[in-house]
Amino acid sequence: MKITIDTDKCTGHGVCESLAPEIFEVGDEGIVHLLTESLTDDMRSRLEEAVAECPTQALSLEG
Amino acid sequence: MTEPEPHLVVVGASLAGLRAVESARRAGFAGLITLIGAEEHLPYDRPPLSKEFLTSAELPSTPTLRAESVLRQELHVSLRLGAPATALDTIERTLWVGSDPFHYTGLVIATGATPRMLPGSEHLAGVHTLRTVDDARQIRTALDAGARTVVVGAGFIGSEIASSARLRGGTVTVVEAMPTPLARPVGDEMGAVLASLHERNGTTLRCGLGVEEIEGTDRVEAVRLVNGTRIEADLVVVGVGVAPNIEWLADSGLELGNGIECDKTLQTSAPGVYAAGDIASWPNPLFDTRMRLEHWTIAAEQGGVAARHAIDPEAATAYSTVPYFWSDWYGRRIQFVGIAAAADEIEVVAGDLDGNTFLVLYRRDDRLIGALGLEARSQIMKYRMMIDSGATWTEALQFARARAAAAAAKASAATE
Repeated sequence: MKITIDTDKCTGHGVCESLAPEIFEVGDEGIVHLLTESLTDDMRSRLEEAVAECPTQALSLEG
Repeated sequence: MTEPEPHLVVVGASLAGLRAVESARRAGFAGLITLIGAEEHLPYDRPPLSKEFLTSAELPSTPTLRAESVLRQELHVSLRLGAPATALDTIERTLWVGSDPFHYTGLVIATGATPRMLPGSEHLAGVHTLRTVDDARQIRTALDAGARTVVVGAGFIGSEIASSARLRGGTVTVVEAMPTPLARPVGDEMGAVLASLHERNGTTLRCGLGVEEIEGTDRVEAVRLVNGTRIEADLVVVGVGVAPNIEWLADSGLELGNGIECDKTLQTSAPGVYAAGDIASWPNPLFDTRMRLEHWTIAAEQGGVAARHAIDPEAATAYSTVPYFWSDWYGRRIQFVGIAAAADEIEVVAGDLDGNTFLVLYRRDDRLIGALGLEARSQIMKYRMMIDSGATWTEALQFARARAAAAAAKASAATE
């Protein structure tokens, strides 16, 4: 499972951070970065939710 | 008698409707899905319409959310676009689009809302509301021609349009009937602070004066205020709120009020029928109050929740959320989480209210209930989580002070 942030689309709303704060965080530069690359299956539903709730469709989940 | 084949009907083909069909498939629903939309367009994203759509150099295309092939072939959705739903029979479980019946086993109603117009100005060219991509195209064309713009209503949509028109270089006046704009969503004090962004960016703002008349014969010529002031205009955009699209449900027997009255699972008064987005009024357990919100995030969340409940009502649970909305003015991001209504106190915990960035917290009793940020992207969602977990006011202030101290230490390390 791999999550990708399209940094051209991300404008740092941070909805993903509010859904999964151990994975996403909005940095001082105003866009989201990943706090971890190691994603486990128990995170899947929240990751899917983060992808769906992103206001700029900047997230994609593979695998 | 055999059970009918499961059929999820989603009426309203905007964000909430799209999320509903996607969410149903993600939950493993294998039955039929029909998505019905009044507009001819595939589901598209509305927030850009008052922003990039009006300001970008090139004429933008419709910000479609999903390609038709994704909807039809990947999600196996049957699309019925270009005609609104006209009636609902909750006994026969049938939704009508004109003379065409759609029998459902589960129904999600996400038919949104319609902007209010100023009575008497409907016939004038150059007077618009902004809800659809077709509205946005007309407004953009007027801005292309260098229109002198008057925006009626200094709420979020009106303010975004004013910002976009100003970025295009034209003269812009915003008129607001209330003494302070945005008092309901962010409170009086912060409404005034946000409104000051207009003046600071060259937009004229006149508050406390209602519109008496939009003047013109075929085409708008001016806006006349109740005190007689006349503001010449080539383009008038009216942003004075929206009304939920419930007229078509008048004979349905559904309980209606301020939108469709839902329970805490988003179920309407009819079994198997759920509502989502601008039209849904539901008791948000987190704040112990009934809400009907017109936010992007609410539509996205509720569309998914309503669909999951509609396909499996027995598994329905209470939908609770910390509301989030944003607005972009003059290149700056305003974000709000929580609620501002009935706040006892607000406190500025970062930046300053005259500057280009700040963060303000809202207290009710001993709880944190809201946070408003101007260019505070890295901070605001921390408070959304705190509100969600029921953080106390003291905890929120301690957290804010710790962050401010850390930021100050970082800044001082950087200058050494």
